[in-house]
Amino acid sequence: MSGWRLDRGGEIDRDRPIGFTFDGHAVTGFAGDTLASALLASGRRVLGRSFKYHRPRGLWGAGAEEPNAIVDVTEGGVTTPNLRATLEPLREGLALRSVNTWPEAARDRHRLLDRLNRFLPAGFYYKTFMAGGWMRWEPMIRRMAGLGRLDPANAPPADCAQINARADLLVIGAGPAGLAAARAAARAGRAVWLIDDGDAPGGSLRWRGGDIDGGPWRDWCADTQERILRAGGKILSRTTLWGAFDHGLYAAWERRCGAPDRLWRIRAGDVILAAGAIERPLWFANNDLPGVISAEAALRYLTLHGAVAGRRIVLATGNDGSYPVAAALARAGCDVTLADARGDTPDAPEGVDLRRETRVTGAEGRDAVARVRLNGVLQEADTLLVSGGLTPSVHIFMQAGGRLDWDAECDALIPRAGSASMRVAGAANGAFALADALAEGHAAAGGAGNAPRAEAAGDWGVLPMRPDPDAAGRQWIDFQNDVTLKDVALAQREGFVSVEHLKRYTTLGMATDQGRTSNFAGLAAMAGLTDRSIPETGTTTYRPPFLPVPLTVIAGRRRGQLFDPPRRLTLERAHRAAGAQLREYGGWLRPAHYGDDEAEAALREAGVARETVALYDASPLGKIEVIGPGAAELLDFCFFTRLSTLKPGRARYGLMLSETGIVFDDGVTLRLAGDRFIVSASSSHVDGVRLRLEDARQDRFDPARVFLHDVTAHWTTLCVAGPRARDVLRAAGVPVDLDDAALPHMGVTEADWNGRTLRIARVSFTGERSYELSVPSRHAEWLESLLAARVGEAGGGRIGLEAVLTLRAQKGFILIGKDTDGLTMPQDLGWPNRREDEFIGKRSLLTDEALRNDRRQLVGLTATDGGAAFTAGAHLVPLDAARRSLGFVTSVAPDPGAPHALALLESGRSRMGESVGVFDNGAVREARVIAPCAFDAKGERLHA
Amino acid sequence: MQIFPCPFCGPRDEREFHFATEAGKPRPEPADKVSAEDWAAYLYANEAPRGEAREVWLHLTCGEYFVMTRDTLTREVKGSETLPGRRA
Amino acid sequence: MKRYSALTLALEGLKNHRGWRPAWRKATPAAEYDAIVVGGGGHGLATAYYLAKNHGLRRVAVLEKGWIGGGNTGRNTTVIRSNYFHPESVALYDLALRLYEGLSKELNYNVMLSQRGMLIAAHTPMQMEICTRIANAMQLNGVDGALMSRDEALERVPLVNQSEDARHRLQGGIWQGRAGIARHDAVAWGYARAASDLGVDIVENCAVRELLIENGACVGVETDRGPIRAARVGLAAAGATPGLAAQAGVTLPIHDYALQAFVSEPVKPCLDTVLLYLGTGTYVSQSDKGEMVFGGGLDRVPTHGQRGNLPAQQTVTSGLLEMFPAFGQLKLLRQWAGVVDVVPDSSPIIGPVGVPGLFVNCGWGTGGFKAIPAGGWLLAHLLATGEHHEISAPFDVTRFARGRLIDEAAGSGIAH
Repeated sequence: MSGWRLDRGGEIDRDRPIGFTFDGHAVTGFAGDTLASALLASGRRVLGRSFKYHRPRGLWGAGAEEPNAIVDVTEGGVTTPNLRATLEPLREGLALRSVNTWPEAARDRHRLLDRLNRFLPAGFYYKTFMAGGWMRWEPMIRRMAGLGRLDPANAPPADCAQINARADLLVIGAGPAGLAAARAAARAGRAVWLIDDGDAPGGSLRWRGGDIDGGPWRDWCADTQERILRAGGKILSRTTLWGAFDHGLYAAWERRCGAPDRLWRIRAGDVILAAGAIERPLWFANNDLPGVISAEAALRYLTLHGAVAGRRIVLATGNDGSYPVAAALARAGCDVTLADARGDTPDAPEGVDLRRETRVTGAEGRDAVARVRLNGVLQEADTLLVSGGLTPSVHIFMQAGGRLDWDAECDALIPRAGSASMRVAGAANGAFALADALAEGHAAAGGAGNAPRAEAAGDWGVLPMRPDPDAAGRQWIDFQNDVTLKDVALAQREGFVSVEHLKRYTTLGMATDQGRTSNFAGLAAMAGLTDRSIPETGTTTYRPPFLPVPLTVIAGRRRGQLFDPPRRLTLERAHRAAGAQLREYGGWLRPAHYGDDEAEAALREAGVARETVALYDASPLGKIEVIGPGAAELLDFCFFTRLSTLKPGRARYGLMLSETGIVFDDGVTLRLAGDRFIVSASSSHVDGVRLRLEDARQDRFDPARVFLHDVTAHWTTLCVAGPRARDVLRAAGVPVDLDDAALPHMGVTEADWNGRTLRIARVSFTGERSYELSVPSRHAEWLESLLAARVGEAGGGRIGLEAVLTLRAQKGFILIGKDTDGLTMPQDLGWPNRREDEFIGKRSLLTDEALRNDRRQLVGLTATDGGAAFTAGAHLVPLDAARRSLGFVTSVAPDPGAPHALALLESGRSRMGESVGVFDNGAVREARVIAPCAFDAKGERLHA
Repeated sequence: MQIFPCPFCGPRDEREFHFATEAGKPRPEPADKVSAEDWAAYLYANEAPRGEAREVWLHLTCGEYFVMTRDTLTREVKGSETLPGRRA
Repeated sequence: MKRYSALTLALEGLKNHRGWRPAWRKATPAAEYDAIVVGGGGHGLATAYYLAKNHGLRRVAVLEKGWIGGGNTGRNTTVIRSNYFHPESVALYDLALRLYEGLSKELNYNVMLSQRGMLIAAHTPMQMEICTRIANAMQLNGVDGALMSRDEALERVPLVNQSEDARHRLQGGIWQGRAGIARHDAVAWGYARAASDLGVDIVENCAVRELLIENGACVGVETDRGPIRAARVGLAAAGATPGLAAQAGVTLPIHDYALQAFVSEPVKPCLDTVLLYLGTGTYVSQSDKGEMVFGGGLDRVPTHGQRGNLPAQQTVTSGLLEMFPAFGQLKLLRQWAGVVDVVPDSSPIIGPVGVPGLFVNCGWGTGGFKAIPAGGWLLAHLLATGEHHEISAPFDVTRFARGRLIDEAAGSGIAH
């Protein structure tokens, strides 16, 4: 227990205490706290356990870099795992549970695993767990791994909005550099988008403070915000820019208190990256002990939350940036020893015990720091703050394709100017001092006149700090994944020296802090071990996301009924009112059957069509108008079936192939006039057929002579089918001569029905006398209620698609994609090519494969055992030879009186009358091969 | 999300486009005079250049095919034009 | 080569692991080899291993332009399965699966094969029909495959979306119990170590600039470390293969696309199988570390750039949450893209390409990882004998001119 709270200061509200629990223990914080600041002030040190050795882990940082303080948070009865305590604002009613611990962080049952550490080096699992197979060991390993626990009862809603935006100038980061850049641009009249992940603009100014242009930074910051807004710009706080994508697209995650998060998709003109830098740890024996904390984070907690890291503090550093930290802690009343590795240092801050040329060589303590070894000498301390220098946050620059150069002065890889299409300013560019950051920000935005001035200019005085492979003890490189310097040495010994091999072999940098605290150390360690410089050793690849982003934010609202929404019929309401059960067919929601029992309903409805008359909605059937003097020529080229010989007022069934000779679609084309056709593509192929026609139209023909118009959605098509179909139409008063001489099977006509356009096509998908009536969709309800009434009076009724599918299967009418597959050619369906002229797919009908005589061909099947219908998807096998697939059942018509099936069967047409096995899940039945059409083969009912 | 320039509609979101084929592949015909190898090459062979590519694209929303030149590695779009003989 | 075992690990532990040696020799290339394999991914390394192991070749080199296993071998979602429709595909992928089943022992390297089973989930009666078609094909092809009812499937994936509002509600699917996942890096490293031990030279940071063609035959390669001659050259360089083959006048039917994979932050075990949802096109498994590893369709624009784009990320992620609403608690930790070489029928191209001495193994598209042992086995056979193995013969590039494509999507209605 060592962290404590100041009586005043900070941005918290001491009048609003907020209670919560951590591993069941009551803790109190204040409004304005993060979970981390409240825990720090509570004095609680052990906040979790490491992944592999179950070492105690405490708070390290204050932002996205936090590797240790990860908690499962229960709020309102549901739990969300793996929240970073540093990023979560404290609110009422939270219960926190540490991860990788049982029963709690402070008394973890697995802590003894640490004693076995010498047997569990990097990649130990590649060398063992082979006896008896990995599956024997895997459950145990899986249970040990995995941070927090998913709450099965927590299904976060799909409520994250996604907003597209355009920004003339995007500034990422509202610290001193970002503010200076935005200010300069706003002064030049540009509309700036300023995006920052903090609660409020200011960045490091918020805890480091300082005067700008002769006044307090807050005044300058407020004035800057006002200028940005006045110039038409926008400021987004609590918003993390997490991804740079192609063509200037940036993705940002906005966290809104009490409202759903949002995803911003920003298309940016110019971009200035001012994302700051992250403090590096130091490396010494037991540098992972709770109580070893980033110095910068300690200052941040002190200033923003009045939360003090400890009372007896050692601050180990090698740069000037730590001096204000030491000074602030001394002012707060802490006993501060400042151990600076350098000999040449600034003066000691007031009240601080400065020791020059002093390094930390170890930390000791059972579950937290109790003693610190300085140049080998032990000293009592409850807290060890460290600063190993700064690593610029160059992620977004690198995602945008940038390159880095080594800068010895700031001891870091910094952006190579011009290597990506954005400018970088401030600490992200290695300009750590306030005056430099302001100047760079101002210049990056092309600022006129003088840059904002600040007192504290000059050198950060960085002394390079590196892990020392010769030092004693275990030095952690990656805290969360438990990678030590010895692991890096082992990787080097075993040849995993390329940066990516090092990462993958040791898992260094693969933890949820995304390597923020470990990548540099790993790189530096490998460089040291292989006697290479850091740039020679390489860098890792940077990819989105910049920090872990909730999946709900990325997915947005595209869930449930908004996920890949089906197309809906104009008459959906009428169908539902009539008792239809809807189902998706080819992307359309259509009536499957009426009433609850599907099998019974489908049979009954099929009977209605055969016996009296049935009404069904065929609107999804494609209607592509092909208009103009070049229409017939275009269709001839695009279809396997010649259509130019079709007479006006007539319809013809035809196939369309792809250039590979495979049947792409089938359907009936109507010719209304010499220069006007309507192509009825299958409901799920309308777009594909239209684009195929467009392709030929634009690339091969004169587009001025033929025009395409997909009017599928404009029309509603109702089909009246059955022996009494004509009676129904007559009773309905259809203003067309329905005599078979005037409107024969495959005849088409148009009429005006009291001001409504009507088209009737005598096309049959059921084998019955059948009329397809199409009207503009605004007349759909009128037509449907009229026809439904007349159908009812004729003793018929509405039927769903399941019945239609049965009826057509009995007739051997195919469904593309069901009765054909991606290998089916027209000859397999009984349509050999007879055309001399050119058409799509013709050459492919002449390949060796196309000319084989053992191709799979469409046949019918009837059960010889008198049993029930076969199962669609059952395979056909020889009855008297080695078992292999000869094809499969594609459709079934489950009429118990005469079950029929369609199948694709190897050499099918030459097997007519033969027997074949039908294999389904191990069982084989016998079937006789028959023609695909098993009902009214002569088609007499079409004219009945 | 890339931005592609349709010669007819202007710059649009990549989701509105569909890759059709590499440009400059005339259809060999008549069918009975084309060798199996030439036909397979027409159907399937691609240069798939690593760098500048000339490709036929379809703008799904307007239904127009056009030729686009772009870099397949950097994804920079160099420009687009109508199919030969067409006017935007 | 020091054997890997619990015992040697313990003994080394007592000696601070100072006795371990490089897993594979860092070879410098010789002037000439019996066979050169271009590409140090899983397929290339496996080829070299089987050349040495099955065919006794000792003068073999693998040339890798970067670090081994750094291409698609290290950029996939590690799913291994053989739930295919066409007999040719089943023969190929089940050879791979059978080799995977003995691989850890064979290589003395734990590739962590986890045969936890895979469910291909269907949502409509039509999809169930297709699943029936595939399950029966698998059974006839001698592979474990079974149709699963809704209740059986729910037992395997209890967290799956069953709410009234679900766009695609689970109806059942196909189960393959032997399918699962493996540790992708370990496959590359294990093959490299075993091949190196058999004398194979594994040369990293050695880019092949062009093929050496003399009198119409391929006699070696020109690298940035000088020319290297070989009687036979095998290309196993995924997206880079067409460019190299083009130098020999061979144009391959390949398009390159970016395929993204995604990893969430880790959680304790809550998904014990590999799941592919036909309705969303998203697939997911939970890694041994606890991360959800998921993916879906290709980015829609052909590219050679290894960068993923936002639209595909949103599509795949929304698909995952539609399958498992509870996964909305998770955050995206990592995302990456591999450039996959896609062939029109989505089956690989294995065999000679009309230039004596030159053989290819490419076009694996989105499914190369699961085939690594077979790809290596078959290319090794070709390089050693000059002839096809019976399993690779159907995958010869001449299938396009013959018109005999091996299209799983076409046959089964399901994409790879």
